[in-house]
This record gives sequence, C-alpha cells and structure tokens, in this order.
Amino acid sequence: MNPIEIIAQYWPRLLDGTLMTIKLTFLGALIAALVSPGFALIRTHAAPLAQAPLRLYISFMRGTPILAQLFLIFYGSGQFRPILQDWGLWTFFRDPFNCALLAFALNSTAYQTEILRGGIMGVPQGEIEAAKAIGMTRFKTLRRVVFPHAYRIAWPALGNEVILLMKASALASVVTVFDIMGRTRQIFSRTFDFSIYLWAALIYLCITAIFVLIWRQAERRLSRHIEAHHKPRVAAQPAKEPQA
Amino acid sequence: MFELFSYGDTGWGDEILRGLAITVQLAIVTLPVGLLLGFLAAFASMSRLGPLRFLGFGYTTIMRGLPEILTLFVVYNGVGLLLNMALRWWNPERGATDFSPFAAGVIALGMVFGAFAGEVLRGAFQSLDKGQTEAGRAIGMTQGQIFRRIQLPQLWRFALPGLGNLWINMLKDTALVSVIALDDLMRMTKVAVGVTKQPFTFYLLACLIYWVMCVLSELVLYWMERRANRGIRRAV
Repeated sequence: MNPIEIIAQYWPRLLDGTLMTIKLTFLGALIAALVSPGFALIRTHAAPLAQAPLRLYISFMRGTPILAQLFLIFYGSGQFRPILQDWGLWTFFRDPFNCALLAFALNSTAYQTEILRGGIMGVPQGEIEAAKAIGMTRFKTLRRVVFPHAYRIAWPALGNEVILLMKASALASVVTVFDIMGRTRQIFSRTFDFSIYLWAALIYLCITAIFVLIWRQAERRLSRHIEAHHKPRVAAQPAKEPQA
Repeated sequence: MFELFSYGDTGWGDEILRGLAITVQLAIVTLPVGLLLGFLAAFASMSRLGPLRFLGFGYTTIMRGLPEILTLFVVYNGVGLLLNMALRWWNPERGATDFSPFAAGVIALGMVFGAFAGEVLRGAFQSLDKGQTEAGRAIGMTQGQIFRRIQLPQLWRFALPGLGNLWINMLKDTALVSVIALDDLMRMTKVAVGVTKQPFTFYLLACLIYWVMCVLSELVLYWMERRANRGIRRAV
C-alpha cells in the first residue's frame, strides 16, 4: 500500500488516537498546573526542613525515567490489590488511562513546581515592597503582584514542559492506552507498512506547532501592558536548578 | 525480603546488575554518537550554505518535536527494513536479518541527543567572543589552531551545563529500549516481576537505581563545571 492509501483507510483510528493524546496531555498538564502553585510557594517560603519531603518528591520525579514511574503505578499497584480493593480504589488503578494520567500529572507537577519557583524568585523585591507599602495583605500581594509576574517569567518554560509532557504521553501506549503511538503500533502490526510511523510523526509535529502558536499568543496577551509602553526587558531567566 | 535481591540462583541481584550493565553501556556508547551529531548539526545550522542550514534546522526541529519512543520505533523498524532490503539486493538468497536492538537504541537515542546538543552547541558558539577569533587570526593562527586553542576550551565551558542536562535525560531515556526487547535494567526488572509477582518492589528498586545514577551524574557534572570554570573570575 502507498502512504495515501494507508491514511485513507486508517485515519479514523489515528484521529481517535490524536484526541486521546490531547486529552492525556491536557488533563495531565491541567492537574499539575492546579497543584504546582501551592508547591512552588512551599519551595520559596517554607522552612528548609518542611520542604524536605517536597524536594525528595521532585528529585525522584526528575531523576527517574517516566516509563519506570508509569510501570511503578500501573503494575506496582497490583501488589497492593487487596488493600486497594478494600479502599475501593482498585477500579481506578485497573484502568491504564487513569494510571498514565496519574503518572504524567505527578511527573509534570514536579517540573512545573520548579519552573514556577524560578518565576516567583524572579519577581523583583521592589514590587513586593511596593505592594506592602500600599497596604496589600500577603494573600492579595500574591494574587495581584507575585503570581501574575511569576507566570509571565515562567511562561516560555511552562510551554516547553507541556510539549515535553505531550511527547512523554506517547509512553502510555506501552500500557495499552490507544493514543497516537498506540494506534500507530496497532496499525503497523497489521499492515507492516512503515509509512504509518511517518504519518504519526507528522501528527505529533503538527500538534507541537499549533501548541507553540497558541502559547505565543497567550504570552503576548500576558505582557500586553508592557508592550504598549516599551519593548519587554529580557525576562529574568528562572534560576538554574539541579535536575534531580 | 533481601533474599529476592541476592546474587545467584535464589535472587534477582545478578540479573538486575546485568541489565544495569547494558543500560550503562548503551548510555556510554550513545554519548559520543550524539555529540558528533550535535556538532554536525551545530555546524550545519551556522553554515553559509543555505541548503545545509535548512538541513540542520530541519533535523534539530523535527527530532526535538517527536516523542523519543516514536523515534526509537522508526529507527528499529525502518532501519531494519532498509537493512534487509539492502542485504537482499546484495545477496537475494539471504533470509531476513534482525536489526540489533542495541544498535537501534544507540542510533535513536544518539539522534535525539544530537538534535538537542546541536542547539546547545550553537548557543555556545554564538556566545564566543568574536574579538578573540580575530586576535587569533591577527597573530597568524590557522583556522584549526583557532578552533582548538581558543574556541573549543570556551565552547566546553558554555555548553557543559546544557550537555549535562542532556546526558541525564538520555540516561533516563535508555529505559525505552526495554520496549524493543533489549535486556536493559528496565526489562530485567520486568522479567523479575513476572516470576516473583512483586511489581512494586522491583519497579521501585529500578527507580532507585536510575535515581542514584542521575544523582551521581549530577555530582560529577558539578565537579566538571567547577573545573571548566576555574580560570574565570566571578562577578560579585
């Protein structure tokens, strides 16, 4: 078969896989985005001893392969089946989609926390002092001064993290989730036609390209008040942090 | 409990160590391949020739956008297919030859490493002080001498943090080769799980081993960075 025939015959499956990849990536990134601001605040404000568990978690997530993390959750939960059944959690862990989502959310939370921490530390002290001077409460300062600026600093790095997560989501195919990669492997095992891999590559590249465009638009929106007056300064790079 | 991890027939210690050896071998063999590709990509994307620049840009952009596991399958199945076609063209009587998963792992991981390293090295090249190159030329150094004596030592200093991160990422990505049936740490763990029915224990052990390797790498990289920067006065 030629590449056109392959895509003509199998596009519904690939579309299905594409939606699954987007769903996994979006939900994983979203869950991590909800948890990471709190964690980032702990990383910047809590006492070193109180941070220890969080630092250990982040180091573990960044120092081990995401495939191993996925296996630890998906296959590893089987070892605790009786307990999980007692707690009514077994149906959750039996489903590969749930396990993949949990692994990706946990992994991305670690990365997003560190990125956001860099952003928070990049907020000039003067802005926080100014907020204090006009009588803002601590919470209000965080909401109106620190986080808006921190997100603007962290935005490009957060976009990179989402792309990394999208690429990592292809690993879900190994535990039988039918995302783009899962569908591609399924189709290849039937047709032995190599061109299906090239179609999959094209889809991944298109998703990345579209995402980059959307993310850049959002970035422009986040800093529209700056552009009106002068060119944005080179955003302070988040502090270089150790990998593991 | 510890009997499970013992060395010999009763435990899985030796099998897992054998897997670890494959993982380490794979990472160490991939590193020079990836660095070479990275240098080629960096030179190509800074070339004066348009088509070469396009090639460099295309390679780094596409490879960085693809999931590593897809790259691995493309190389494993695609190169295997090409290899068989070539061998059959050479000698029609020949049966199908299996492409070694180790070689596929080295090529795929090397290509991914090379694409990211190309960007790191290009950035490092562009942060070199132009005046120094001109000074080298002024005192009559050849292009090769300028590269070896002026550019390379500083390139190393600028690129080391980026390359260090890539090494750690690549070390973690080696776990993917277990999917194409190479007996690395991950796959030997899977074998142990299949027999002992203790998935959590063994996958946790595998995670801990990867973790230790990453932390050790980081210590070595920290030391290398300090050494590379020993001649530099830090602004206070």
